[in-house]
Amino acid sequence: MTSSEESSVTLKRRDLFRMIGSVAGGAAMYQAMTSLGFAADSQYAGPIKLEGNPKGAKVVVLGAGWAGLVSALELRNAGYKVELIEYNNRVGGRAWTIRGGDTITDMSGETQKCGFDSGLYLNPGPWRIPYHHRGYLDYAKRFGVQLEPFQMINFNSYVHSKDYFGGKPQRFREVQADFQGHVSELLAKTIRQDKLDQSVGKEDQEMLLEALKGWGALDKNYAYVAGPTSAERRGYEVNKGGGLMPDPVGGQPIALSDLLKSDVWRAMIFGQTHQWQASIFQPVGGMDATPKAVGKVLEDITTFNAKVTAIQQDEHGVTVTFVDSRTGKEQRQVKGDWCVCTLPLTVLSQIDVQVSPAMKEGMSAISYAAAVKTGLQFKRRFWEDDDHIYGGISFTDQPISQIAYPNFGYNRPGKGVLLGTFAWGEAAFGLASMSAADRVKAAVEQGAKIHPQYKAEYENGVSWSWHRSPFTMGCAAEWTDEQRTKHYRNLAEINGRIVLAGDHLSHLSGWQEGAILSALDAISRLHRRVVTA
Amino acid sequence: MKTKIILAGLIVLAAVSTRAGDSVSSGGIPSKHANLMGPTHFTETDGEKLYATVCASCHMPNAMGGTGAGFYPALAKNDKLAVSSYPVMMVMNGRGPMPSFREAMSDAQIAAVVGYVRTHFGNSYTDPVSLDEVKQVREAK
Repeated sequence: MTSSEESSVTLKRRDLFRMIGSVAGGAAMYQAMTSLGFAADSQYAGPIKLEGNPKGAKVVVLGAGWAGLVSALELRNAGYKVELIEYNNRVGGRAWTIRGGDTITDMSGETQKCGFDSGLYLNPGPWRIPYHHRGYLDYAKRFGVQLEPFQMINFNSYVHSKDYFGGKPQRFREVQADFQGHVSELLAKTIRQDKLDQSVGKEDQEMLLEALKGWGALDKNYAYVAGPTSAERRGYEVNKGGGLMPDPVGGQPIALSDLLKSDVWRAMIFGQTHQWQASIFQPVGGMDATPKAVGKVLEDITTFNAKVTAIQQDEHGVTVTFVDSRTGKEQRQVKGDWCVCTLPLTVLSQIDVQVSPAMKEGMSAISYAAAVKTGLQFKRRFWEDDDHIYGGISFTDQPISQIAYPNFGYNRPGKGVLLGTFAWGEAAFGLASMSAADRVKAAVEQGAKIHPQYKAEYENGVSWSWHRSPFTMGCAAEWTDEQRTKHYRNLAEINGRIVLAGDHLSHLSGWQEGAILSALDAISRLHRRVVTA
Repeated sequence: MKTKIILAGLIVLAAVSTRAGDSVSSGGIPSKHANLMGPTHFTETDGEKLYATVCASCHMPNAMGGTGAGFYPALAKNDKLAVSSYPVMMVMNGRGPMPSFREAMSDAQIAAVVGYVRTHFGNSYTDPVSLDEVKQVREAK
């Protein structure tokens, strides 16, 4: 296509968008742009504009996690009277950071005191912000929260299987290069045996062969073998040196069978999946930085340590009943014209809530995933000094599932905290059934299979099991397609004077962005109702 | 529906079906994203072991439950266990904070763990939980 052809096409498209925009409104235009691949890949449309006078209406916002914070902030900015009610003694919900000196208690009654050194921390909940989570990034920018890169893929991290590779951890770069190399070799062989003639034309076959040779690091005979070509991908056994140092030596590829049986492709595709593609960020100093910054400007309207026990409504307003979450006593009530309720469905389904039967049914229907995170402090950053792993994630088929290395403070002497467990779903339940002390012990034992240094360098640890988390009773809503069809709209639509929000009412369950987008959508609809009433 | 094939091969099928949805679930979050290379179904078959490695995460090892913003009921001395179809239904489909184990447990595993809870922790409902009953609950949805 010539450049003049290109610009005329672009012009036509722009006209089309303008036409769609004028006829059907901005949302439709955005939709059209997105489907044609023009707009950004988030549905965040910039800072919310709630225009029109709420005429003194009051909104009670339940829960000071991301959805509650955004709702309270934006509604107050739009002129509403707002009260924010929170179960914990802090804002952020799951967007939380555990540091040395913190005392945490879970639903088993077990209390842990975190022993990390100053500056070291564990993000027990969300820990990464993909580049396309535009809503989060905008709030971080508006509140001056500094971000730093989160490394999703580290080519020098480990992939470990207890049953394959002789139980020895393999480098990510080796596993990925070898998988890619073997597959390329097989496909090249198929082409050269004329077995692809039915599906790929001759000319394309030649190009595909050339691509496979390059993509798979094959030699001139289209074979994936030990040697300089494969070594440039998988790394060297004897690395490149200078002067009269030994010549570089490439290693022997891992057998395809082991690569297949160990399911390593799962680790390989993780960072290729949209939510986990670079760039990814984390707030400097801990995930709680951003919600804390937002929460600070809402201090005067926030009630902490409040456990909601009932949410009632009639044609005049909403009444929320709560008790002190530490004692279960001192019942109080707060009234409003409207309520934005961001409590997790696990909790909400057990509260006396006056909404339609269909909404109540939805509240009870959605399961929350199990997840366990464990942070371990070590005397030195051996993963950097000995293993040359700076940030990123190692993968294992043991229950701990992942070891994630700190994405800050690289190459410094002294202690470090790494994430010694991030187990999810079925793999997490075994750990989730243990005491925190046993979860820490398990993290050290299983991690030592990958880093034998664990035993000598371990100092202390802290662990959080989301199903034992008093304020969430689970990690994140896991919708099935069937449930989404049946319950999603019933839960998301305004029910009388109550609207629900949170990551559980988004297509980004378990992500802070999901909570933000859900809240922005919920309060936009609520506001429209208020100003048009 | 397809459920008739399942009994013997259920664990395998469940694993396949959950794994198929791994990387790009329409729910936004790949449902098994953190145990990438790990199991997607429970391997224990014994009721006691299943309790200790699954149920205890919320109902606690002593079956006394726990309290927070909501609560996990104590299964100890719980008269809701008297009729087995109730706990079978809860394990199969979940409700409120109780997750569904439809995909992660076979009929035999559900029968085993419900049978265990109904005869321990101060419960003595000794009528057995049959595979047929569990199967019916699975198919009822």
